[in-house]
Amino acid sequence: MARLSVVGGTNDSASDRLAARLVAEEDRGLLRFLTCGSVDDGKSTLIGRLLYDSQLVFEDQLKNVQRESKRPNSTLGAEIDLSLLVDGLQAEREQGITIDVAYRYFSTPRRKFIVADTPGHVQYTRNMATGASNCDFGVLLIDARQGVLTQTRRHACILSLLGIKKVALAINKMDLIDFDQEIYDAIVDDFVSFAEPLGFESIEPIPVSALKGDNVTTPSAHMHWYHGPTLLGHLETVEVGHDRDLGPFRFPVQWVNRPHLDFRGVSGTVAGGQIKPGDEVVIHPSGKRVHVARIVTADGDLDVAREGDAVTLTFAEEVDASRGDVITTPDNEPSVADQLAAKIIWFDEEAMLPGRTYTIRCGTQTSTATVSTLKYKLNVDNLDHVAGKTLEMNEVGLCNLSMTRPVVFDPYGDNPETGSFILVDRFTNATVAAGMVEFGLRRATNVKWQELSVDKTSRASLKGQRPCVLWFTGLSGSGKSTIANALEKRLHALGRHTYMLDGDNIRHGLNKDLGFTDADRVENIRRVAEAARLFVDAGLIVMVSFISPFRSERRMAREMVGDGEFIEIYVDTPLEICEARDPKGLYRKARRGLIKNFTGIDSSYEQPESPELDLNTSDLAPETLAERVLEELRRRNVV
Amino acid sequence: MKQVLSSYLRQLEAESIYIMREVAAEFRNPVMLYSIGKDSAVLLHLAMKAFYPGKPPFPLLHVDTTWKFKEMITFRDAEAERLGIDLTVHINEEGVRNGISPISHGSALHTDIMKTEALKQAFAKFGFDAAFGGARRDEEKSRAKERVFSFRNASHNWDPKRQRPELWHLANTKVNPGESMRVFPLSNWTELDVWTYIYLEDIPVVPLYFAKERPVVERDGTLIMVDDDRLPIEEGEVPQMRKVRFRTLGCYPLTGAIESNATTLPEIIEELIASRHSERQGRVIDHDQVGSMEKKKQEGYF
Repeated sequence: MARLSVVGGTNDSASDRLAARLVAEEDRGLLRFLTCGSVDDGKSTLIGRLLYDSQLVFEDQLKNVQRESKRPNSTLGAEIDLSLLVDGLQAEREQGITIDVAYRYFSTPRRKFIVADTPGHVQYTRNMATGASNCDFGVLLIDARQGVLTQTRRHACILSLLGIKKVALAINKMDLIDFDQEIYDAIVDDFVSFAEPLGFESIEPIPVSALKGDNVTTPSAHMHWYHGPTLLGHLETVEVGHDRDLGPFRFPVQWVNRPHLDFRGVSGTVAGGQIKPGDEVVIHPSGKRVHVARIVTADGDLDVAREGDAVTLTFAEEVDASRGDVITTPDNEPSVADQLAAKIIWFDEEAMLPGRTYTIRCGTQTSTATVSTLKYKLNVDNLDHVAGKTLEMNEVGLCNLSMTRPVVFDPYGDNPETGSFILVDRFTNATVAAGMVEFGLRRATNVKWQELSVDKTSRASLKGQRPCVLWFTGLSGSGKSTIANALEKRLHALGRHTYMLDGDNIRHGLNKDLGFTDADRVENIRRVAEAARLFVDAGLIVMVSFISPFRSERRMAREMVGDGEFIEIYVDTPLEICEARDPKGLYRKARRGLIKNFTGIDSSYEQPESPELDLNTSDLAPETLAERVLEELRRRNVV
Repeated sequence: MKQVLSSYLRQLEAESIYIMREVAAEFRNPVMLYSIGKDSAVLLHLAMKAFYPGKPPFPLLHVDTTWKFKEMITFRDAEAERLGIDLTVHINEEGVRNGISPISHGSALHTDIMKTEALKQAFAKFGFDAAFGGARRDEEKSRAKERVFSFRNASHNWDPKRQRPELWHLANTKVNPGESMRVFPLSNWTELDVWTYIYLEDIPVVPLYFAKERPVVERDGTLIMVDDDRLPIEEGEVPQMRKVRFRTLGCYPLTGAIESNATTLPEIIEELIASRHSERQGRVIDHDQVGSMEKKKQEGYF
């Protein structure tokens, strides 16, 4: 596109002035940075100061802030509380804390800035990770009176974990320590020696007073011993350009664009490298090779698409590509595996349980993933390795994950766009974790599936039955095993081939190493579900009688076998009746505190939402109930 | 011939297109809320680009409070026609039957019934599971913390304490039946970005944004345009012709005009740079009390 030549002096209209400004700003880039540090280090005040000094505060906003500054909770008395410009939500204004990530925008003639203001409270560390995931630079605040605190160390570790290479250390409230250079130097030394193993490329210490404005946008008149840049000066000039543009080409397919029969393309945003028409590319995971025909945009075809460009690619050859595929050049291919090792930051109030399945979202791919092992936890105060079985909210650990189908990815260090993922709870739909891929696990490709020539169908047809799992779930003492036993007798009498997996019996053998914590309960069910699947594969009708209190694990068991092969039977006996029956005396023990984590007493039972059969047991004999299950099996053509 | 987009604006454009494609791919029945203003104009323009050479794979929905400026409605219909886009207009007919108006019932009740309630009705009627909106984070403090993908429960409520974290470019788009997502592709745009983009991309906007002699009355320091004879003229008031324009467009009795000589986009942009008043200042509904926007959002106001 031709550029307007600016008409000089004589014709000084608004449109000429705008044209001149736009030409001057054509190369103006964008810096996304976050501010973090402990509570009360003055982050919101600092951002308020940046906005105020860069004249981005409007008169009516200032008037609101002045009005609010006079409220009793305000700490500044008559002065304007600049943090009020930034603290958006009413609740936190009242409590005086920041509870979420807020985004602010300001610009100078040199750069545009997007600021993520992140919270300092321990319980909101996950929000800081969220803010950091979209930033290129970090400003870490330290209260000069406090020095380096646990929170400071934690935030530095999180910045490093998320791959932020450059930080500014804003040592704030210098006015409250009389602008003392010795205190400042001691804090800088303390931080630099701590941060050495974190691998930052550069740390820029700057003494500031956000409240008074020293060294924020204008050099301080109180610190003649300091010769470095102001904070804004540093933000305007720091180089953060990552060279992903030069790296391997990555194009996750977002959307198949097929408006009519004559056009078929794949839309997406280039996540690394660049591509030109005519280039050969590989579509993963299928591995098909094709050539790029056109790079289509609404503004015309492009000669080259670079990192960050949102385009639509068409190919010279007919090929099937769909959402979730990743297109790359043949020379530098990504990993394709169904097992990987990743650092995981846990977000949810409910702890991570190894063995439980979650939805994984990696680039534009969606699959289900199970955390198979937690290798170690990371102490986010110093990145030391710590042993552990689960991850609680805000904890970080290195985990192995296995997916139900192969996922295409890169190590996070190579490309955060294709090396990051989130885990989503399949019931609450909450985002429970953020992950950064370390590497793929070779096991995924080494263990070849042994193809068997006699299959499930042939085994079952020899027995004249359709194999399935009858999954009895319910409280202890609800009658699961009694009904399952009665049913097995009836089936046996009818000449059917059956097998029974009983909770108590399995815990004496296969699962005798497991206890009753949530993590062990999940593993308990996983092993039983795997065993049940093998028996179904052998052509049997399998009865499983397990309390199996969690929906996720019952769903996992259901998904292990084919459609229609899982029949969930809810043995629906109220807790009072189970407790009154108490055939094994367990409820009495649990009530006295002799057994911990007992379902129904101090561990929860999640009722099935839509079981195939809901058996209300209160006034019926086990044989009658078994007969009802049998009717259901006939209705489903199992027998 | 105009300049090309700056690298910064190209980044914003690509980011918005990415968000739109995510929604088209992940949701069953998305819709684009079209409010006719400048942000909607940019939103629609971006949607046309995102799915080129196809059309956007979702309809436009305008929730009409029946109190919009006449020129807005004319512009709306012309734009849908020009772009060949499927436009649905929803009006809360019960509100109309009950004679709800900003004049007799006040701004709060009118907005609640004709906008918030009407939007819920439209969601129920058409079964939408995601809706694009043109809100930007630089508009108001509580919006600065709004997510790009903002989850709403089955009652359309927004819970600021239970927002889904947004990491990298990975959106958690899972919703159960009845629940929905509001999606804001312009989250990272500022008012100045919007106008600069409109200028560089030649995007049509409602003529009300440009200064012109218009009949107005002054009430509590706000200039209200006499757009039709439903606006009661109070004793002692004489509508006068003043050269005014609008910085933001809503229901005409609730939208204050500003005196201005800006008749072209470069003049609007220049005025904006020199301006010392924030954009939402002309909105009567924001002044009810501090934090009022946050309350409205929790109740389902867009």
